[in-house]
Amino acid sequence: MIIYGTALLAVCHLLGIFLGDVLGLALGVKTNVGGVGIAMLLLIFARLYMQKTNRLPKLTELGVEYWGALYIPVVVAMAATQDVVAALRGGPVAVLAAIGSVALCAGVISAINRTERSEEAPIATPTLHTNPLLAEAE
Amino acid sequence: MIEILQKAAAANGLVTAFAVVGVVVLLSGEISRRLTLGRVHGSAIAIVIGLALAYWGGKVTGGHKGLADLSLLGGIGLMGGAMLRDFAIVATAFEVQATEARKAGLVGVVSLLLGTVLPFIVGATVARAFGYSDAVSMTTIGAGAVTYIVGPVTGAAIGASSDVMALSIATGLIKAIMVMVGTPIAARFLVLKTPRSAMVFGGLAGTVSGVSAGLAATDRKLVPYGALVATFHTGLGCLMGPSILFFATKALVG
Repeated sequence: MIIYGTALLAVCHLLGIFLGDVLGLALGVKTNVGGVGIAMLLLIFARLYMQKTNRLPKLTELGVEYWGALYIPVVVAMAATQDVVAALRGGPVAVLAAIGSVALCAGVISAINRTERSEEAPIATPTLHTNPLLAEAE
Repeated sequence: MIEILQKAAAANGLVTAFAVVGVVVLLSGEISRRLTLGRVHGSAIAIVIGLALAYWGGKVTGGHKGLADLSLLGGIGLMGGAMLRDFAIVATAFEVQATEARKAGLVGVVSLLLGTVLPFIVGATVARAFGYSDAVSMTTIGAGAVTYIVGPVTGAAIGASSDVMALSIATGLIKAIMVMVGTPIAARFLVLKTPRSAMVFGGLAGTVSGVSAGLAATDRKLVPYGALVATFHTGLGCLMGPSILFFATKALVG
């Protein structure tokens, strides 16, 4: 059943957000700390476990993968709902601070990624993309 | 006729959003193929079109939610809102190779810390150069350079004025937009090829929205790795902004 996959995703999502809120409360900050990241880890572990115990039929996988494939359209919708007018109205302080930090971080990313380039294999073979839903999303 | 159509679209907001976004993605694909010969990824063009539409929506309605402020397109707000965005991000984790993720553990943490401290220093320095020389304003604008959520959270915690908060949000937003649009262009310079490099990028570039959109437009397979690290960015920033970073700024400028 395809709903099993979507429900698994939903449970991981909710549990992750909950744990992130609890973590935030424990740390004394008024925000969710890594909730989405925790949810992602839960989903990764759930998949590993279910694969090992042979409880992950193709249809269940599709229930998750469909939402993964919808990711780019969702991001487009998100971009369309940003307060771009206010961002541009901020003037030189906002623009300069943003450009400066982006440029600095880009330099550091480039430097770090160049150091250990040799020992990295190219990205893992996309064995998971036998799914037509995902092949099309690329 | 038009009225009936408008009513149908308004009453089925999310469905309308799916259709509108589908058309935008289709158009972007055509533009990518015909005008750039596939050199600029269709997703990147779609995101730029999204931002342009958001600007237009904001100008027309005077609201703060871009296209979603048009009553006909309110569903875009639901589709691009935090709920569905996070749901889709979590779903991308399904493709993560656990062994790859484990390899980048330490480098992920280091890049997260650098990604919080470096933008903060730049932001606070620029703020000071433009006359925002008190510790509270410097910290708030510096925190905005981390992400547009860390900015207002930090500002609220240390009592910044509302114009400084707006400036701080604007800084974070511009940064997110720059990351969204610039990542595919700079992908070669950033050496964005492996899961590990995506995690370094996720930690340093910050903003979940910028990172995930930028990676989506560069190589979809890298999204979950970048997002996995970036998602801790806001939390870490909210943790460090009103505490360590504020105290450090205060100690430096008094």
